[in-house]
Amino acid sequence: MASVTFDKATRLYPGSTKPAVDALDLSVADGEFLVLVGPSGCGKSTSLRMLAGLEEVNEGNILIGDRNVTDVPPKDRDIAMVFQNYALYPHMTVAENMGFALKIAGVNKDERATRVLEAAKLLDLEPYLGRKPKALSGGQRQRVAMGRAIVRQPQVFLMDEPLSNLDAKLRVQTRTQIASLQRRLGVTTVYVTHDQTEALTMGDRIAVLKDGVLQQVGTPRDLYEKPQNVFVAGFIGSPAMNLFEADIVDTGIAFGTAVAEVDRETLGTTSGRKATIGVRPEDLMVSADNRGLPVEVDLVEELGADGYLYGHTDVNGQRVDVVARVDGRNHPNAGDRVFITPEPKHIHVFDVESGLRLSKPITV
Amino acid sequence: MTEFFGVLANLPPLVQVPIVIVAFLAVIAFLVFIVDIAPRRGRLYTGIRFAACLLIPAGLFLALGSVWWAAAAAAVLGGLFFLLDFRARDGSGYLFQLIGFLAPAVLLLGIGLIYPSIRTIYDSFYSGRGNFIGLENFVWIFTQPSGIRTILNTIIWVLIAPVVSTIFGLAYAVFIDKSRGEKYFKILVFMPMAISFVGASIIWRFVYTARQEGDPQIGLLNQVVVLFGGSPVQFLSEAPWNTFFLIVVLIWVQTGFAMVILSAAIKGVPIEQMEAAELDGTNAWQRFRNVTVPGIRGSLIVVLTTISIASLKVFDIVRTMTAGANDTSVIANEVYTQFTTFESGRASAFAVVLFLLVLPIVIYNARQLKLQRENR
Repeated sequence: MASVTFDKATRLYPGSTKPAVDALDLSVADGEFLVLVGPSGCGKSTSLRMLAGLEEVNEGNILIGDRNVTDVPPKDRDIAMVFQNYALYPHMTVAENMGFALKIAGVNKDERATRVLEAAKLLDLEPYLGRKPKALSGGQRQRVAMGRAIVRQPQVFLMDEPLSNLDAKLRVQTRTQIASLQRRLGVTTVYVTHDQTEALTMGDRIAVLKDGVLQQVGTPRDLYEKPQNVFVAGFIGSPAMNLFEADIVDTGIAFGTAVAEVDRETLGTTSGRKATIGVRPEDLMVSADNRGLPVEVDLVEELGADGYLYGHTDVNGQRVDVVARVDGRNHPNAGDRVFITPEPKHIHVFDVESGLRLSKPITV
Repeated sequence: MTEFFGVLANLPPLVQVPIVIVAFLAVIAFLVFIVDIAPRRGRLYTGIRFAACLLIPAGLFLALGSVWWAAAAAAVLGGLFFLLDFRARDGSGYLFQLIGFLAPAVLLLGIGLIYPSIRTIYDSFYSGRGNFIGLENFVWIFTQPSGIRTILNTIIWVLIAPVVSTIFGLAYAVFIDKSRGEKYFKILVFMPMAISFVGASIIWRFVYTARQEGDPQIGLLNQVVVLFGGSPVQFLSEAPWNTFFLIVVLIWVQTGFAMVILSAAIKGVPIEQMEAAELDGTNAWQRFRNVTVPGIRGSLIVVLTTISIASLKVFDIVRTMTAGANDTSVIANEVYTQFTTFESGRASAFAVVLFLLVLPIVIYNARQLKLQRENR
């Protein structure tokens, strides 16, 4: 087991001017479960493949433990990877698939069998050890891919969207299984996904990437409560945070006919008379006294306990879509016109130009 | 018909060419009409069929001047079209359609393949003069030294040519895979495939040619031998090595085939499997053995069996280069030699032996193809 460090690691694909991963600085503690998340093309898979050694590092270094592995071939890095399409060897049985790395390493037959059986028990794969991957379901194949990694007892697990080929229900189940398994084994894990729900539910810490640049690293709560910039604010959380430009007034920020109180200190450094403000759907309330932002309700999504109101409004002549959480039983209907106001403590203020966070950490 | 060819032969060559091309296209057009346009549904096509029933017999009458041929053609065409059209309405008459479409192919297969096979087997029990002699021809093959030599040579061909071509083709495919000029390297090795066996044999006969010691050598190999101070070697005369030198020609031709098929198969092995194996600690050779080879197993078998069949049936190379002299004969060459010396019984017996040798490989090949399709 070991920590993992990216030290200004950069990957520039030949023929491209913009690096796929741009000076990534990131460290993963021993035994930690780190999730790399971002939209497609953000460089998260490339980062993982650089760590695996499948992708060249053009600049900077990658360390596993104290060892600089930047120029070490993949086979000598002592890492195991779970691929998106599992990449099982089709001509080998489940047991042979799981024991292959040990066989190559020269582990004797008996020990190999013991370790494969151990891993198989852990993953409920015992009845399938003699089968070929072709004769397994998607979920079982996924578990074999996990088993192949576990049997190795490597320094680091790498997982590249291992759940994306499963159906929704199985994905949720497997999500918790993988997270608890990782905690039990205590192996440092780097996990790549594009799904922010997966990131929030599984990771000890999350690293958000966009266009090859690291945006923010932190615990799920950190990212949710204190997004460092507009991108992270909009990416983490579902439904996404409401983000729009608003005018700065004397006592705070104009919010339709109401004024949301934001302390002057925060706004002091802002570049103009405007700020980008962000409010999560659950921090918006339908106001009783017709003050706030006037919203035309387009649709109310019922989820049982509560619902989500989807509407639109005009802010300085621009149409802005708004999502707010409402009571499940007692809510406005499509076509209604309502006024919404934000929970004052939970307003995120960002600079209009740089998109960086201005407001102080929320103290609840 | 004869008149037409007579007239054609007397025309200047430049006029002959377009006429031959037009005649060729007319035959193709007629075949397309029969299999594609004539069977279509609809009033227009019924009209076309009707016209065909009138025009084709009329044309035949004009061409052959025989009322009987014209009447027969009209009856067959009209009857066929009517039957297919009438019975093919909306799903009924499936069997009629099936027979209608299969008949030409079955007929040609029957005339060209099935009847000759049966006739060959039948003939193999008779002497060249037509007397029934039982297994005498087979006994003759297996009891006289040149017959045994022929069978043995064929077996040597089958053992060496497929294996060596496949190994060369595979090695070449692996080494040029993802290299810079891959396309050009491939064309280079594939080119011999475009040369006929006879052409390749003539080229190689020149390569092997030996002249008297002291005379200038026109053969490439002997020139090299002489250059290094050796004396010219009679490559094609000294048994058993001459057979191996003939096999080289087939390998030269078939390596390109093996390479192209195997190169495509190698590209079909998922890159993730290779990467997974790399992370599992394998070196390049272990990856090749444990991931690539199992991944292209099906293609390997197809290549091996296809070249095996080609080596069993090899004729052109031996015929062109040695005509079977100096213990180089193979079964197919012997079939021809015996036939031209009026020993049709012995020729047939050789053909039957060849057939029995090829059959298991063909069956295995066909089953393998079927298995592959099921695996997908």
